[in-house]
Amino acid sequence: MATMTMIEAIRSALREEMARDESVVALGQDIGQLGGVFRATDGLLKEFGADRVFDMPLAEAVIAGSALGLAVSGLVPVAEIQFLGFTHQAFHQIAPQLARYRYRSQGRYNAQVTIRTPFGGGVRTPELHSDALEAQFVQSPGIKVVMPSNPYDAKGMLLEAIRDPDPVLFCEPLRGYRLVKGEVPEGDYTVPFGHSRVTREGTDVTLVAWSAAVQLAERAADRLAQEGIEAQVLDLRTLVPLDVAGLVSAVESTGRCVVVHEAPLTAGFGAEVVATVQEEAFYSLEAPVARVAAPDTPYPIASIEDYYIPSVERVVDAVRRTVDAK
Amino acid sequence: MTDQPSADDRKTEAELDLDRKKEEVEESFAGPGERLEILAPDGTVRPGAEVPLGTEQVRDALRWMMLSRTVDVRAISLQRQGRMGTFSAVRGQEASVVGSSFALDPARDWIVPQYRELPGVVRHGFPLDGYLLYWMGNPAGGRVPDGVRVLPLQIALAAQLPHAVGLGWGLRLQGSDSVVTTYFGDGASSEGDTHEAMNLAGVTRAPVVFFLQNNGWAISTPRTKQTAASNFASRAEGYGFPGVIVDGNDLFAVYEATRQAVERARRGEGPTLIESQTYRMGAHNTADDPTRYMEPVELSGWDERDPIRRVTTWLSAQGAWDDDAEREMQAGIDRQVDEAIESAEAFTPPNPEQIYTHVYADPPERLRAQQRAALDPH
Repeated sequence: MATMTMIEAIRSALREEMARDESVVALGQDIGQLGGVFRATDGLLKEFGADRVFDMPLAEAVIAGSALGLAVSGLVPVAEIQFLGFTHQAFHQIAPQLARYRYRSQGRYNAQVTIRTPFGGGVRTPELHSDALEAQFVQSPGIKVVMPSNPYDAKGMLLEAIRDPDPVLFCEPLRGYRLVKGEVPEGDYTVPFGHSRVTREGTDVTLVAWSAAVQLAERAADRLAQEGIEAQVLDLRTLVPLDVAGLVSAVESTGRCVVVHEAPLTAGFGAEVVATVQEEAFYSLEAPVARVAAPDTPYPIASIEDYYIPSVERVVDAVRRTVDAK
Repeated sequence: MTDQPSADDRKTEAELDLDRKKEEVEESFAGPGERLEILAPDGTVRPGAEVPLGTEQVRDALRWMMLSRTVDVRAISLQRQGRMGTFSAVRGQEASVVGSSFALDPARDWIVPQYRELPGVVRHGFPLDGYLLYWMGNPAGGRVPDGVRVLPLQIALAAQLPHAVGLGWGLRLQGSDSVVTTYFGDGASSEGDTHEAMNLAGVTRAPVVFFLQNNGWAISTPRTKQTAASNFASRAEGYGFPGVIVDGNDLFAVYEATRQAVERARRGEGPTLIESQTYRMGAHNTADDPTRYMEPVELSGWDERDPIRRVTTWLSAQGAWDDDAEREMQAGIDRQVDEAIESAEAFTPPNPEQIYTHVYADPPERLRAQQRAALDPH
């Protein structure tokens, strides 16, 4: 086991998979010579050459769309879209094309394509870089939506994604790239999709989160523990497939639930979590399920983003209200 | 000057108007020498031009063109009877589709279609009954049989172009000499995907033939509202590869232009844009009412450019075509189309379970539960 950052874990997954399977190719803007703007692909061009690592024109739609064609040709493309906020320019190639290629062709063609893309705020990027758009892709059946929160999951889930015969949107928490560290095994392992994980035990309330919001929930849980509230933290890990059984079992164990995410409140994936909990675990609930999310505004410019992203204080407040509810 | 009235003086206003339209059609094309033309509208070979296909091949191509027009008539009739969903006819573009597809080798080349290339994709191996089944609304019709090198029909126009580039590029990276031909139109040329795909194809020198059928109309929008440029082919220069214009109603010229582009791609010299100047001789599809925006084809100046008639005229002049030959060929086509319709209509009717299949290789448990609940509510 080695201690790695998120970005190191992602890089190690890419490197090992490209070494293991020569049909795997990487494509994206600035991923070759530069090694990616966050260095996720550092060293790949040198090791695997220009026939497997492609610096692409600045054109998100054709990055996603040509990846589909590359997949049909027999290669296994791993595309990088530099920021999730820029996937809007490729949305029509991802949602109605990549996601439904198996469906539209009645199984003749599948799109074994992984799209890696960093997202989320907190690092003072310029406008339009930081949006948490994951729920938009959840509404596009056919693609899996994967949201690792830590280096162990990042490596194991990226390997799982690349080998998945269906397209996977692999969202990487931007501010966790170097901040979040953890133990990562040497060599090959995969983390299967659709299995949530309790990252912190607790009996009073369940905090449901994914990606960078998991660390936020854990910090809030630390704070709450000082007041005698024991919060359980559930990392969903993948939104599609959703681990309904894991979610229900976690919420049933505490009877209270708060969902935390970085996307705007209305119709965010938190709404899906709440709906699922009330359908499946209604009679175990002691209090209404709360949501802590960004406001229904566009992502603001960097200097005020800290007021937009859910904070530890907001999570703590929401938990207190939930626990106090009669 | 004589006292005899000229031929024009004897024409009615309507006839003169039609003459003017025909001139406009001619003038709407690029000037002489810039457009590949072999078979003139009157069925004669243009001076100095060579016929690139043998007589038997021409008869074979004609059969595909006649098949296409027969399917158009039958499918529209079926739609009116409620036995067919929305259908987009090929009428007018038969030389464009068949001529280009004849330059492709179904054993190694790929077609990435939109949805108005019936004779091309069927010649390439997509079964006619399956094609009809798709437009009848049965999802099973969307499946391209294994081994047939055709991608699914594309409804979101121009979205197929990035796929074609990725496919061609990927095949080349794996050492194949396959060529990918993708079809789109004057309307789709305005989409961003067209730009992104052509640009990437230029950069990667992908073995792709961009076959743009300029049929004059995007539903109701005329070509002049898609672009201020005099033609589409000149865009290729901006992407670093050649663009050529061809008379899209000229089977020989379309075949020859595509053959050259395919050979070029196969040699590793990269993509070509072909602008096939043709005409949609009818509605966009069965839901469209072209009387709101276009004249009947007889009054458009395009009727006499009919791509089928000029091939039969040429074949007749070769002594390889007459009324008996036409009757015999048409009878065979009618039988083939009857059988395809019968087979499509006899296909297992669609059932609700098909909603849930082929979404994922391994469906999420939640989707499985939805399927169980919907199909077996008890």
